[in-house]
Amino acid sequence: MNTVYVLWLRQMKRISRSRFRLAASLSQPLLFLVAFGLGFGQIFQRAGQGSYIQFFAPGLIVMPIMFLGLFSGADMMWDRRFGFLKMTLVAPVSRLALLMGRTAGGATVSILGGLLLALATAIVGFRPAGLAASALGLAFMLLTACLFTAWGMALASAMEDFQAYQLFINYMAMPMFYLSGAFFPLNFVPKPLRILALFNPFAYAVDGMRASLGGAAAHFSITTDLGVLAGLSALFILLGARLFARIQV
Amino acid sequence: MIRVEHLVKQYGDVKAVSDISFTVAEAEIFAFLGPNGAGKTTTIKMLTTLLRPTAGRVEVDGLDVTAHPDEVRRRFGIVFQDSSTDDELSAYDNMDLHGRLYRMPRGPRAKRIEFLLNLFELWDRRRDSVKQFSGGMKRRLEIARSFLHTPKILFLDEPTLGLDPQTRNLLWSHVQKLNDMERITVFLTTHYMEEAERVAHRIGIIDHGRIVAQGTVSELKARTGTDSLERAFLALTGTTIREEAPAPQLGRIRRWRRRQ
Ligand SMILES: Nc1ncnc2c1ncn2[C@@H]1O[C@H](COP(=O)(O)OP(=O)(O)OP(=O)(O)O)[C@@H](O)[C@H]1O
Ligand SMILES: [Mg+2]
Repeated sequence: MNTVYVLWLRQMKRISRSRFRLAASLSQPLLFLVAFGLGFGQIFQRAGQGSYIQFFAPGLIVMPIMFLGLFSGADMMWDRRFGFLKMTLVAPVSRLALLMGRTAGGATVSILGGLLLALATAIVGFRPAGLAASALGLAFMLLTACLFTAWGMALASAMEDFQAYQLFINYMAMPMFYLSGAFFPLNFVPKPLRILALFNPFAYAVDGMRASLGGAAAHFSITTDLGVLAGLSALFILLGARLFARIQV
Repeated sequence: MIRVEHLVKQYGDVKAVSDISFTVAEAEIFAFLGPNGAGKTTTIKMLTTLLRPTAGRVEVDGLDVTAHPDEVRRRFGIVFQDSSTDDELSAYDNMDLHGRLYRMPRGPRAKRIEFLLNLFELWDRRRDSVKQFSGGMKRRLEIARSFLHTPKILFLDEPTLGLDPQTRNLLWSHVQKLNDMERITVFLTTHYMEEAERVAHRIGIIDHGRIVAQGTVSELKARTGTDSLERAFLALTGTTIREEAPAPQLGRIRRWRRRQ
């Protein structure tokens, strides 16, 4: 536990280093917020679907969480390249704790991104469905952060090539985002897309956010969303732990 | 304190370390010398739980390194050949983070950090982030850090790389002092023969992954009939080259090219 805290603390002390990444990962959802939320919203409303911002914002809030989470593995690759990782590997602490500490630090940064974006959506008119809804929404943000940070760490433990890692994440995260139902209600799309969404972890994050924070009806169900996100988080933590334990420097 | 038996490390079909055995006694300063690529760093990585040996056994303070890695880790401090600080953090935070990882209680931790940063003349710069440090200051910080948790054994992989003569002098005086006062065992590598000659109680020479000689400085000199460690070293590691190629110059060039 001490180790987890120490590495988390380090990440917090370095948070200014993440400034650029934080800004970069917010720029795209902010663009979406303006272009789709304000521009496209009129059409959505006229089609009788209610406020688009109200529909769109919850899914958008987890977007920077996914990206920041996946990219947090980059810190580890950096540490490996520049030697700091070695220093932690010869310390009398378990590798699992080291990995958990890194995951906790990365997840905190990604949640920060989500909170900043939530603030932005509130400014353009998004209103959470209530206090309990907000609490549940926060739980979904937490789980999403865990899942994608653990995923990023697992990838970073398995790969040594920094550029390959970045490319891989981009090619993986983009389709996950666009096909998640963040832009459109999954109930109304053709069956192939709906089936694809079943295998898209991010779709459960979006659905959970929308059903909790947004107060809308769930496409899957809140318990399914929670279960899938928690289950996958555990899976990636275990996988990451195995891969991280095998790192030799 | 350190017992190595028939240790082997194979990288693909490169045998970086092939069947070496040696022991280092408690409170001994042992210099592990050898040309570039001889296998020094690889050996240190195996002694410090970073690399799994392909074969052989390593015991540190009576503990098998593969069986009890955490027990072993508690006992040693290390200065790596290349940097391992967090350049975004301040010098103090680097030390503090290390102390916390080794579970040093707050009071003694702060005290020892102050003592060591003063000792290595970094106290005034403790709040600056390490990326603003010169190469020599970074090196001093790493050395100070390796002493922090009062290890029983110190591994120093070319600790004086890139340091000016004043700092090298300072470092070795501190190492000798700590060896004397705290009975720390020291395992070091260096390419400066006069440093090894000055501080080491015993020397091991490795070349092409094999130990070619072991003993005190005077034993090595006597064995090779030379009057300095540098000449003894050249005589010993030169012999292996001459076996490969008749002209020593040619052998040296070949070896140099192989390493590029
Ligand atoms: N990760 C690795 N993969 C493959 N070969 C390696 C690896 N690390 C080291 N080697 C090889 O193992 C041999 C020994 O390397 P090592 O780093 O132990 O040498 P060294 O004695 O520390 O040399 P130097 O004085 O230059 O630091 C070299 O031939 C090197 O090329
Ligand atoms: Mg080396």
